[in-house]
Amino acid sequence: MMATPETYGHSSWLQATARQRIAGLLDPDSFTEFLRPSERIQSPHLHLFDLPAAFDDGVVIGRGNLDGAPVLLAAQEGQFMGGTFGEVSGAKIVGLLRAARDHPELPRTVLLLLDSGGVRLQEANAGELAVAEIMRAVVEARVAGVAVIALVGGRAGAFGGAGLTAATCSRIIVSEQGRIGVSGPEVIETNKGVEEFDSKDKALVWSVTGGKNRRLIGGADAFAADTMEGFRAAAKAILGHAPGFDLRSMRAEQDRLSKREILFAGCDDAASMWKILGIDDPHDISAMDTDLFVTLANAIEGASHDAR
Amino acid sequence: MTLDEVLNSLFPSGHAVSVGNEGIITGSARRPGGEPVSVIGVANGVALGTAGVLPLAEQVLQVIAAGGDTPILVLVDTQGQLMTRRDEMRGLNEYLAHLAKCLLLASQQGHRTIGLEYGKAAAGAFLATALATDTLIGLPGATPTVMDLPSVSRVTKLPVEQLEELSKTTPVFAPGLEHMVQMGAFAAVWDPAQPLDAQLEATLATGPSGDVRDETGERRKGRPMAASVARRVIADALVQSGGRATA
Repeated sequence: MMATPETYGHSSWLQATARQRIAGLLDPDSFTEFLRPSERIQSPHLHLFDLPAAFDDGVVIGRGNLDGAPVLLAAQEGQFMGGTFGEVSGAKIVGLLRAARDHPELPRTVLLLLDSGGVRLQEANAGELAVAEIMRAVVEARVAGVAVIALVGGRAGAFGGAGLTAATCSRIIVSEQGRIGVSGPEVIETNKGVEEFDSKDKALVWSVTGGKNRRLIGGADAFAADTMEGFRAAAKAILGHAPGFDLRSMRAEQDRLSKREILFAGCDDAASMWKILGIDDPHDISAMDTDLFVTLANAIEGASHDAR
Repeated sequence: MTLDEVLNSLFPSGHAVSVGNEGIITGSARRPGGEPVSVIGVANGVALGTAGVLPLAEQVLQVIAAGGDTPILVLVDTQGQLMTRRDEMRGLNEYLAHLAKCLLLASQQGHRTIGLEYGKAAAGAFLATALATDTLIGLPGATPTVMDLPSVSRVTKLPVEQLEELSKTTPVFAPGLEHMVQMGAFAAVWDPAQPLDAQLEATLATGPSGDVRDETGERRKGRPMAASVARRVIADALVQSGGRATA
């Protein structure tokens, strides 16, 4: 049965379902779901492939409070079809972002709990378009003054369209287990060979796509412990401090990404990037606990910025 | 059509558009009335990586910084994102999203952005270029591919022949321009037998209309639920927040 709130706060974000994450992240009993499963808004396509549908199509959306502040929220269920963007699951997120964009009376913060391998293969065309619509809606919401915050720490990580969506947001919170990328290691290995990317080499995969690398090079803005309380604390700290979206922020991002390209031009692995960032022994990184790592990352030049 | 044919038909009196190393298209041209058009893109079907994104985004930012309402034309023939460990390590997701964001910022600042797919387009590079424009146009022979059928076959365990049969009744998963038109991704397909400059002028003459791709997909019977689900979410959000359902 349910753990007490105290022990619940220490339970793993990685292992939790979308609904458990919402319960662990938001203030107790503050969540109201939109398009509840009882309305049976499900994929009209999966049956073509003899696959079972889900009454929420793997995305839970709604509103609630975080430390008393009202937020809109969407959470992908990584355990249903890998958290993928399908026609319906994608449209739920699109609708949520458009609601925030168009209605100032709704909460001015949207939390996206990403846990997704990207576009749903069985609905590839609809899923790809949903991601395009989500990215556009994120930008339009940001222009309207809404902070859109990505939280990445689920088993499926944030790859493909989810990786691009994360990088479109105002802020990205990641845990050590939260992997972010475009092509997953298996996809690169299948297409380009094991010499390019050995997907079985877990240490290599982690160093390339894992949350610590993303935080160190400025690809994520906050690092959370893999617990409900870890993500809650990180999200609370960001509320009200998300950067806006305008020519200045995009110019700053262009400069930031150009510098990164030059800085790491000679690097063939993550450890050599970390050395350039001034980390004497890159092998310490994987063993470092959350507090030490957060302190280290916060001190690295360029890791914290508003260029997003 | 080849890129040269496309450019010559778009700008019969000449242009200053060039294709650099790695297939990156940058430059500008003039419309029949003399107004400038900024032109970027990816040519030769090359894959788009971190290095390719930067000059494209740079040009978009310069157009925005210059002010005015110069339209931006994005020519697209790319097999997808570059699949290398090095690009992933350096955060390719941020680079691709950055290019999309720059194009979306241009739209916000009053620049029409027109995508023109004349070759391939796939996956993350599709999202960063063609699908980040206000209006996406296809040319016959374009081959948008989110997922190729052999890959779909591997994952779904259904034979390719069965998938091909299935794709006749639903455009939702199979590659192809016709399917993506039905989904609402493409606003129109231009006629290559007619001059492209006139077709570009006609497209620029229509005002920007916001993101209507899901509604277009609903009308063309490609996406039966996307638009209605998004509308229901907005209505439900307002009701559950004590607002009006009719907004």
